[in-house]
Amino acid sequence: MSLLPQATIDAARIASDIDPDRGLVSREIFVSPEYHRAELETVFTRAWLFVGHESQVPNPGDFFVSRMGDGSVILCRDSRGDVHVFLNSCRHRGMKVCRYEQGNTSLFICPYHSWSYTTDGKLQGVPLYRVLYEGQLDREDWSLIEVPKLAVYKGTVWASWDPEAPEFHTYMGDAIAHLDQVLDCRDGRPGGSEVIGVHKWVFPSNWKFAAENFLGDSYHNPSHRSVDMVGMSPSAKPGQRRDNEYAKAKRIWVGFPQGHGMTAGIAPSDNVYEPTYAQHPEIDEYFRHCFNERKRRLGEKARLLPLVGNFFPNTSFHGRQPRSLCVWHPHSPTETEGWRFFLVDADAPAAVKDVLRRYYMRYSGPAGMTEQDDMENWLYATAASKGTVARRYPLNYQMSMDAPNATDLGPGQVATQMTDQTPRNFYRAYARYLRGDAWASLLGHDQHTAREAAE
Amino acid sequence: MSDVKERPASRRGLAWYELKQDIEDFLYQEADLLDQRRFKEWLDLLAEDLVYFMPIRRNVKFGQHAEKENTRQGEGISWFDEDKWTLGKRVDQILTGVHYAEEPLSRVTHMVSNVRLLDVSPSAEDPEQVTVGCRFLVYQNRVEYENYTFIGRRTDTLRRNGSSWLIARRELILEQNVLLAKNLSIFF
Repeated sequence: MSLLPQATIDAARIASDIDPDRGLVSREIFVSPEYHRAELETVFTRAWLFVGHESQVPNPGDFFVSRMGDGSVILCRDSRGDVHVFLNSCRHRGMKVCRYEQGNTSLFICPYHSWSYTTDGKLQGVPLYRVLYEGQLDREDWSLIEVPKLAVYKGTVWASWDPEAPEFHTYMGDAIAHLDQVLDCRDGRPGGSEVIGVHKWVFPSNWKFAAENFLGDSYHNPSHRSVDMVGMSPSAKPGQRRDNEYAKAKRIWVGFPQGHGMTAGIAPSDNVYEPTYAQHPEIDEYFRHCFNERKRRLGEKARLLPLVGNFFPNTSFHGRQPRSLCVWHPHSPTETEGWRFFLVDADAPAAVKDVLRRYYMRYSGPAGMTEQDDMENWLYATAASKGTVARRYPLNYQMSMDAPNATDLGPGQVATQMTDQTPRNFYRAYARYLRGDAWASLLGHDQHTAREAAE
Repeated sequence: MSDVKERPASRRGLAWYELKQDIEDFLYQEADLLDQRRFKEWLDLLAEDLVYFMPIRRNVKFGQHAEKENTRQGEGISWFDEDKWTLGKRVDQILTGVHYAEEPLSRVTHMVSNVRLLDVSPSAEDPEQVTVGCRFLVYQNRVEYENYTFIGRRTDTLRRNGSSWLIARRELILEQNVLLAKNLSIFF
């Protein structure tokens, strides 16, 4: 029984459907059941996926039920304090062993035939074992199915189903500096975030439209015109859905060979705090303090200001306002379940957390004044790509094809104007997974991919 | 809040039934304003210190429902935990004509039923504040093929405002865990 993925679409079709060199991507990858099946097999069983946050399972026996691709998984801290991720399915007849979202337990007892598992996944209880199974069933062989690769990074828990997957740091590469922007304290101390809530909702769209949206697609700003017109940022100035913390920063769009992509700001060395949170002077004062502390702690590194991005394949982020990690779980080619994990500094004052959570709710997700318009776009982009004729015409990713990259603004391919370089890069990585390439290729380390990356 | 106990029937007199009818009429008229997309007029029915709250519902173990099933107002993340300012912003956004999640506008019908007066103060004869429970069934049809049905329980606190009422608090218990809708772009 092999865990290795089987490429299910032939290489010639992949090459013709996904052609980043010409900036063309077939609509088939957004609507066809074949691509959906293939990406579940080849992308979601190999790539590192975000599972949850340690703050959701602080104590031994704590669990949080999450998803990886199309599977339900249990994030659990065992009785010794170690973190595990298990497939949420009984080894006997497949029943979900946990249908609570979160809690604390000493055993996961399957409701079906009462097989029970300890918090480290070991099969413990098998009713009538001596009579029915003695000498046949070795409990050691029937533990809950556990991810072979797991990483805890600054509180976040990530996992891969591929035993051959490279370590998490290698997978993230230099993009980790952008993840740090999401996870580090606002005053520059490493880590220290906590999850204050999770949105879960389903919408009729291909998951890749959602991922693309965060890959540095600043070009879709006009679709948010309504919320900019009314203004709902913490400063609530008309013309703003977020406070403008990037006023003096140079905007960059960054792609990494592993498929990660984001947009960020590079502030000048003498950058000073931009007043934000103008509705709440005491909160503004707090963030002024954080800004100055961060600058003092990080020096030149503090010049990097996060905005939004996507870690391949399906973990998107907002780095500052509204700070969150968002995972796009494919249900079908045309349906996605979104889970957004909202983050604050665990030791921030209660008043700061309160202002942030209120802003997060009015900005983000299905009830969010900004993201409602995103969901509308993703739905109808999916719906209008289903048609027989529509599917004959590729989507366009040719923006800034020939624009030169900056060489002095940090690692990765760094563009200084809006670009489709990040999604082109994402779909290069996506095609490599579909082909079933070796990890050297998936990471962009081999010669072929190095040549591609020299776009 | 959603489990406020109803006053015993023995205390109900004619004034109580008149008040109940008055409150029901108010709720139906309010629903009609939303269905007729008269959003600004609807905003006028909201008290300045309004609390508008829709928790996220969670799957919890038996015995933990009271403590853990619903996210709490004033803590963490819910679907809505808002005030009149944000609802005003939401109305303004729809009225820009370029809020694409509601452009073109959805077709919406609000059904309100099972209306019960849960608390009246100081008295049914001279009511200043009323807590009223009901069920809602909100049907949203959007563009061509989008259909959403939102069903749940609602608890409103209404405050006397001359011959009418102001909504001071609205708690919406939607009977869903994972939200089975792409958006909550309408009012409840």
